[in-house]
Amino acid sequence: MRLTPFVLAALAATPLAARAADSRDAQIAALESRIHALEANAQSLQQQASDALAAAKAAQAELQQMKAAQSSQAVAAASAPAASAAPSAGSAANAFNPAISLILNGLYEHHSLASDDYRRAGFPLVGEAGPGPQGLHLGESELSFAASIDDKFYGQLTLSMDSAGGETHTGIEEAYIDTTALPDGFTLRAGRFYSNVGYLNSHHTHTDFFSDRPLAYQAFLGNQYGDDGVQARWVAPTDTYLEIGGEVFRGDNFPAGGAANAGSGVKTLFLHAGGDIGVEQAWLAGVSLLRADARGSEDGFSGRDNLYLADLTWKWAPRGAFKDAGVVLRSELFLDDRKGTVTDLADPAQPAVAWDGQRRGAYLEGLYRFSRQWDAGYRYDRLWAPSSGPYASEHDPQRHTAMLTWHNSEFSLFRLQYSHDAPQAHFIDHALMLQYQVSLGAHGAHKF
Amino acid sequence: MRKFALFLILLSAAASAPAEAKLRVFACETDWAELTRELAGDLVAVDTATTALQDVHVVEAKPSLIAKVRNADLLVCSGAQLEIGWLPQLLMQAGNPKVASGPGNFMAASQVTTLEKPASVDRAGGDVHPDGNPHIQLDPYRVLAVAKALDARLAELDPPNAAAYQKNLADFETRWNAAIARWEAKAAPLKGKAVVVHHASWIYLLSWLGMHEIGRLEPKPGVPPTSAHLAGLIDTTKSGGAIAILYAAYQDPKPSEWLSERTGVPALMLPFSVGGDGKAKDLFGLYDDTLDRLVGALK
Repeated sequence: MRLTPFVLAALAATPLAARAADSRDAQIAALESRIHALEANAQSLQQQASDALAAAKAAQAELQQMKAAQSSQAVAAASAPAASAAPSAGSAANAFNPAISLILNGLYEHHSLASDDYRRAGFPLVGEAGPGPQGLHLGESELSFAASIDDKFYGQLTLSMDSAGGETHTGIEEAYIDTTALPDGFTLRAGRFYSNVGYLNSHHTHTDFFSDRPLAYQAFLGNQYGDDGVQARWVAPTDTYLEIGGEVFRGDNFPAGGAANAGSGVKTLFLHAGGDIGVEQAWLAGVSLLRADARGSEDGFSGRDNLYLADLTWKWAPRGAFKDAGVVLRSELFLDDRKGTVTDLADPAQPAVAWDGQRRGAYLEGLYRFSRQWDAGYRYDRLWAPSSGPYASEHDPQRHTAMLTWHNSEFSLFRLQYSHDAPQAHFIDHALMLQYQVSLGAHGAHKF
Repeated sequence: MRKFALFLILLSAAASAPAEAKLRVFACETDWAELTRELAGDLVAVDTATTALQDVHVVEAKPSLIAKVRNADLLVCSGAQLEIGWLPQLLMQAGNPKVASGPGNFMAASQVTTLEKPASVDRAGGDVHPDGNPHIQLDPYRVLAVAKALDARLAELDPPNAAAYQKNLADFETRWNAAIARWEAKAAPLKGKAVVVHHASWIYLLSWLGMHEIGRLEPKPGVPPTSAHLAGLIDTTKSGGAIAILYAAYQDPKPSEWLSERTGVPALMLPFSVGGDGKAKDLFGLYDDTLDRLVGALK
């Protein structure tokens, strides 16, 4: 009805007109019934009466217009737009602004082991790995903007802000575009983003069950591997969820470094599968490979690193309603296979040492939600240090962590966490953390 | 890497084998799944994301749901941000542009006017829906309006079966209008009666039946009832002459029972959605059972 006569004439010439006449009738019937509903409202709800009547009148006018126009077959083709949702009232200039969301968090930490004495046998501390500072401190604040760009692309920017030693540091955590219009389950992504290998890596830390990442993530991925790159994903048309994809990254960040191969130093492959077991249980499993060519990575390594990951998540909730109660079990296994040389970062003048060997890591975590507002969790971490080479150690780092979380709503939580950490022989770090974490603004839908 | 690429190509080839002609519908809630079945019968395959025993405000973006969205031709959901905590994530991961927007994306609340549209939104007010109250399935007139719009959408997406959809709609409309007359006659004694509710999910039912709500167990939408707030409701419930304290099948009955014990007003579970109890097997059963229970509370 909002089409110009020219367009109507053009549409009349198309063979669409005949089938559209059917949906035209349905459309008129729909409008009639809508008026009925509106009038019923208006009667029963005093406060809404004027609004509803106005809307009913508008719909009635629309119907009259449509009925009048029906003699001319041409208008019939216009039914499709009329069936779609009426645009919402907000037509202000900022209606197209991206959705903004903000994550704030702060901690109190107490470590029995001084941070200068904290060394992890077999695994040099890299990236954000290792214990946080003693006492009260602000955690990483995260600001994110996201919106559809047009009918084919979606974009997101996530900035992270933190301060250390009196200096505020702002970083681009993620800045990427996604395709939204590719058919048959394909999605492409380009920009800076977290790799989709493993389970936790693609999840932002504010969705974790614990205040810090598992030791294996700290040791093999510098907490979380993200870099500049491209990604292709495909979801199979199967009843069981099956996602396959791969990525190429620049290779500037640990476990890579130096942007090898002309700025394509990291390649990944991943496969995730998942499904339900009845109404109450759901599972997600994956296997991934991350291949990094490192030219002087953060731990002094240069050479080829193949990192293999396997992950499994299982959730159970009575009636499938995880809001009020449920259990989550998750485990990830890491195998790190390296061949190359290691430079002693403390004394770079020393000749590099050859290193060809494997290291392993794993964690197992469980979460028990015993009411709408309370979660309890336990995590066991373990790393297997190599017995020879520059990282050789007799001791395998281990950690036990327990936590209790109170959520006031899905937007705020307070978490108390204790961990018993044995990073090297004869050293134990008893760590106590109290954390708040809140999310403001747009309601981000969380991944499984 | 090369082997992997080959594997991918083989898998896509297997996937692009002649797809079955049936339209696949992904319904977020049981009510819309049931409505789709009324209109389409065996002409479409319907997947339902949730059950009536789950709170559809907070469902997880499970892998099984991603797979279902991936394979769908039409999404039928409540909309008005009811599914905002999970549906966007499913759409983002499924890579299915057919249902992400356009004709394959059908939101029931967009087909009718919604009530309780807030003038301003602030999370201090709890879990508010900027587009109005999305729980429209308990107003039969709105359901009929949605049915008509949905039928037009089915015909648009599946033209060869358009005539069948239209016939099914005519049949549904006849039965539904007859049922409305029956329900309205049965519910006549409920007119003007007051109730206390757990969550703000009953506005459409109450305004249809001419009933009104005098209190909510949740201090703010989505915020669990607190004992202080419940204690404050004791007087309101007694003096307001409430006939029942309503809660949905998926909700915790304890707060309603607590208030019931202290006021003598019965706590009344209503199915709320198709499948909420044994009698609410379809849309007609949902209304029959809801009215049976409400009228039963008068005695």
